[in-house]
Amino acid sequence: MDTNAVYQKPSEDEIKTLLSEKFGDSVQVTKTETRRVYAIVKRESIHKVCEYIHDNLTFEHISTVIGVDMVSNMRVVYHINNYFNGCVIELTVDVPNEDLHIASISDIWVGGNWHERETWELFGIFFDGHPKLERLLTPDTYEFYPFRKSYKMRGQE
Amino acid sequence: MDMSLYPHAVAMSAEEFTTWSSAMINDLLSAGTKKTVDKLTGPIWSWAMKNSMHPLHWGLACCALEMAAASAPRFDAERYGMIYRSSPRQTDILLVNGWISKKIRPEIRRLYEQIPNPKWVVAMGECAISGGPWYDSYNTVQGLDQILPVDVYIPGCPARPDAMIDGFMLLQKKIDDYFARGVFLED
Repeated sequence: MDTNAVYQKPSEDEIKTLLSEKFGDSVQVTKTETRRVYAIVKRESIHKVCEYIHDNLTFEHISTVIGVDMVSNMRVVYHINNYFNGCVIELTVDVPNEDLHIASISDIWVGGNWHERETWELFGIFFDGHPKLERLLTPDTYEFYPFRKSYKMRGQE
Repeated sequence: MDMSLYPHAVAMSAEEFTTWSSAMINDLLSAGTKKTVDKLTGPIWSWAMKNSMHPLHWGLACCALEMAAASAPRFDAERYGMIYRSSPRQTDILLVNGWISKKIRPEIRRLYEQIPNPKWVVAMGECAISGGPWYDSYNTVQGLDQILPVDVYIPGCPARPDAMIDGFMLLQKKIDDYFARGVFLED
């Protein structure tokens, strides 16, 4: 398939083929369902992959950027929608605990801006290249990340 | 106090004035003037204030929709003279409806300080009373009474419009009691 063409309504199999042809090992499509594509992406190539998904596969909406605390590492999950056929791509990126940095995608989808700010304030994952990485929902004085497993409430102690 | 009646008071030093005015107030108190004036005028102020309750037009969360429904034709809170004013300078009641996140806590405090005396605070719904579903949460204040003196609690999740109107009728009783205690020369 032509990896440089623009597809307005790519099917799940087309997406799978295109991603594996274009990015090889750095994108691993684990599963496809009806209007769903699940993929694991390497941290270094997330920005390139997102750019390709936005420009060539016409995925114009980012509905989620959220972190998951897997204790051994952090994980960032992206849900990206295509308006034309309702397809959703779920990208999963593992981020090691020692180096909680990942490239920001807020220059591709502006809607990712607030999602990334929220993920930063709740999980402490830094998004490099984000225009304004500040706390969004919690006071600026907070020095902890409430959604991490290491954060305990009074009732959990 | 109309200073034009006391031309000699204008030339006093601050200390002299304080002494003089306290003596005069004490005279008024001991002669029973304060009690009489309160007895005569208290019902008037109370009637005026409780029939023109002006809550702050401020909705935090879902209970704000109940507040809106209470102002809608079916319940029509305006029968009680409840007109929402959008500036704290023109209100006498702070109606807090919704969860209080820790980020908005200083703003609530500031709004309360901007309301002129006498002022009342109403906590509407479970979140404003005790944090509600956000018990022991990292970003929710566990009840409005942690930061402000609350006069009336309106329970419910959500507090229905008729519950809200009931709460304001209780507040009217409270306003009555406040003026019955006397406000003349109290500052």
